[in-house]
Amino acid sequence: MGLLALFRRSPPSAHVAKERLRIIVQQERNSRNGAPDYLPLLRRELLEVIRKYVNVDPAAVQINVEREDGQEVLEFSVALPEKAR
Amino acid sequence: MTEIIVVTSGKGGVGKTTTSASLACGLARRGKKVAVIDFDIGLRNLDLIMGCERRVVYDFVNVIQGECTLKQALIKDKRLETLYVLAASQTRDKDALSSEGVRKVFDELTADGFEYIVCDSPAGIEKGAHLAMYFADRAVVVVNPEVSSVRDSDRILGLLSSKTQRAEQGNGQVKEHLLLTRYSPKRVATGEMMSVGDVKEILGLDVVGVVPESVDVLAASNAGVPVILNDNSDVSRAYEDAVARLLGETVPLRFIDEPKKGFFARIFGG
Repeated sequence: MGLLALFRRSPPSAHVAKERLRIIVQQERNSRNGAPDYLPLLRRELLEVIRKYVNVDPAAVQINVEREDGQEVLEFSVALPEKAR
Repeated sequence: MTEIIVVTSGKGGVGKTTTSASLACGLARRGKKVAVIDFDIGLRNLDLIMGCERRVVYDFVNVIQGECTLKQALIKDKRLETLYVLAASQTRDKDALSSEGVRKVFDELTADGFEYIVCDSPAGIEKGAHLAMYFADRAVVVVNPEVSSVRDSDRILGLLSSKTQRAEQGNGQVKEHLLLTRYSPKRVATGEMMSVGDVKEILGLDVVGVVPESVDVLAASNAGVPVILNDNSDVSRAYEDAVARLLGETVPLRFIDEPKKGFFARIFGG
């Protein structure tokens, strides 16, 4: 990077790519590996319920089934908006 | 023993044919008897990259349909004594391939003492791609450090673990390798491109090669000389390393760090 490049601002985007891929690849692997087919509907209905109280973005709701030591764990995460209503 | 290697990716334009040609040449340069086969029926291009397009008389489909012998269709490379090319058909539709036909060709190549069969897969996940991977012992998954390529290659990994003969017969897994192409250490350093480590982590594969982005690739395809044969190129060295790793040698990764710059280059850019 030369001196001129210091004035040219291009935000590093690789980590965004990696994060997006990590999530989508995990989801697609789950659905390939026979994750329950009610997951998309469950996700949608949970989203509707949550939205009665907090206006969250659909992308902020993640749902996953993970298998660890013979146990299945339903993992559900909601990122709340910075300023909840 | 014959080893069948499929070069695949899902996404088009990431360097499957360039990689197939170079890996096949690299193996043949080490004295291995190699056949490289174009599975892209209707869109043949391996012949151009190998520089033998004017010598194609019979193709893969002709062999499968019994219109010629395998010997008649195999094009002997002019540079490497133990390398043969089997071109795809340009005119037939892709349904002309059948798994029974492909199996017969592979059996005959095995009986003829071929040590490696390199299958250049078409893009996509249709029949041609399926047949290219079906009998494979190993897969070289070609990936650009870019989101759509990474996602598509994960789809291919899913198919490799379910839709291959090995998977269906419970005969072990197809051994999967990651080969990154169009890698730009400079853009990785500035955070604009995912690194080898990033892609490796997402896909969970071992890295068989990292090929730097280079003008030499286009020059090689213009000339019809597989880029691995351009001994002055870093791309050639990267493919040589990949061949060594395929043969089980331990070779450190090269061309993944930005070259050190001198004082003036650092001040003025370059």
